[in-house]
Amino acid sequence: MSRQQDTPRNAAEPASSAAPAPHAAPAPRAGASRMRRVLTPLLTVVGLLVVWELVVDLGIIPNFLLPTPVQVVQALVADISLIVGHAATTLVETAIGLLIGVALGFAIAVLMDRFEGFYLALQPLVTISQTIPTIAIAPLLVLWFGYGLAPKVILIVITTFFPITVSLISGFRSVDPDVIDLMRTMNASRWQIFRYAKLPAAADQFFSGLRISATYAIVGAVIAEWLGGNSGLGVYMTRVRKSFSYDRMFAVIIVISALSLGLMKLVDLLQRVCMPWKRAEGNKR
Amino acid sequence: MGAGVTAAEKNAASGTGHAPALEARSLTLSWDGQTTVVDRISLAVAAGEVVCLVGRSGCGKTTILHALSGLTRPLSGQVLLHGEDITGTPGHVSYMLQKDLLLPSRRIIDNVCLPMLLAGVPRAEARAKAEPLFERFGLAGTEEKWPAELSGGMRQRAAFMRTYLMGADVTLLDEPFSALDAITRVEVRRWFCDMARELGLSALVITHDVDEAVSMASRVYVLAGRPSEGEPSHIAGEVRVDHGTGKGDFALTPEFLAAKREVLALLG
Repeated sequence: MSRQQDTPRNAAEPASSAAPAPHAAPAPRAGASRMRRVLTPLLTVVGLLVVWELVVDLGIIPNFLLPTPVQVVQALVADISLIVGHAATTLVETAIGLLIGVALGFAIAVLMDRFEGFYLALQPLVTISQTIPTIAIAPLLVLWFGYGLAPKVILIVITTFFPITVSLISGFRSVDPDVIDLMRTMNASRWQIFRYAKLPAAADQFFSGLRISATYAIVGAVIAEWLGGNSGLGVYMTRVRKSFSYDRMFAVIIVISALSLGLMKLVDLLQRVCMPWKRAEGNKR
Repeated sequence: MGAGVTAAEKNAASGTGHAPALEARSLTLSWDGQTTVVDRISLAVAAGEVVCLVGRSGCGKTTILHALSGLTRPLSGQVLLHGEDITGTPGHVSYMLQKDLLLPSRRIIDNVCLPMLLAGVPRAEARAKAEPLFERFGLAGTEEKWPAELSGGMRQRAAFMRTYLMGADVTLLDEPFSALDAITRVEVRRWFCDMARELGLSALVITHDVDEAVSMASRVYVLAGRPSEGEPSHIAGEVRVDHGTGKGDFALTPEFLAAKREVLALLG
């Protein structure tokens, strides 16, 4: 058994120096210079923007249908103070909804992991809740809870708890049962097994779930705002759409993308702080 | 739960006159509560003695260790620690598995301190107890490292140190070296035997490797049977191993070969 397990590791040494083994293939990509890794996607984006600009400038697509990138940037700069104000509203909704969603998702996952009955009872409901299209229930939420903060937060909670619950449950279950047995021989309590083994084992998947939830949260907020409210990026978007200023609409889309990206980076940062052992594992590979 | 050092001293002091450190009396075990896997086995480990239990894969060796460690309850029979009944209650004997099972999210020092932390010993106190042992276990300088940064052999040594710091009188080891590559395995095994002698460890080692059993133990229990084919395992016999002077390579002596032949004959 041990020999079988060790074969790949031992075999890797001669393989890397001699014939190109299949698993040696990704090596050149990993070895690509940092410069090239940054430059290639950057040039792609710049190239696409140039094509976009030309397509409109040359009249292939009429300007009243599609603004040029330059016009979009101009609109963004002109409206920036207005957009920042709306973005603040959206971010507050996102933060509140995401926090509640994560807390709820966490609580459900812990209960489902701890009690078999809970798992059996909630498993189908949790899945079904995800098949409900967000856009379809948003108007109902506005109808029931008005134009204020409540419908937005509720919509975000509904869309964000699921990735958290699912990732945590599979994370909790990824613990080697032998670790649990070993801890039981040390008289560990259920809480200790959770704290020392299950929770850290689920951390990786939790952050993957959180990354998804974070982007869902912003999109959820914007969708809820489309259907009613006094401020927020979704409200602003509806207004500029009604006045046919597509350049400003594109500007908002850029802002929404940037916020999502920022939030994902924030999750990455949080993960690096919470999981210092991950770097050690990364170096090994 | 005291520190491991006191347990070792206790072992050295208790001598051999009294009840064995660990004793199993007529254990009958099953996987599912119905089909018998292990039929009325009895075995004993004296204080300061390393005993091996050898048998084929799938003959219920791990099932026996689970019962001895108290993780599961036997259908019938008793487990005694220094004559005291500990059947079905975990926490009395240390247990080490083939996999090192170090928690990836804890530094090495916190991993080896785990049994003390679980017992409610404050972290600073547990660390203070563990720190002086790193040198002795060949792990000096790894205290603040993550498990992923250690080699397989070092991880297994750390796992053994954690087992030792559980401070129990008897240690059960389930194929502790079989996940290591052949060369590291021999090294770590030799190191383990030296440590066991030095610490006065009472240990029951389970293995399917006859060479390993004969080279480590003063006594070898041979487990025979095929539970998956409806033939429960039983102890086919017990082989005493004369390690002689301990000089030279024991694996090349006629005593080693004689003991090995005897074990193989019992395995059938």
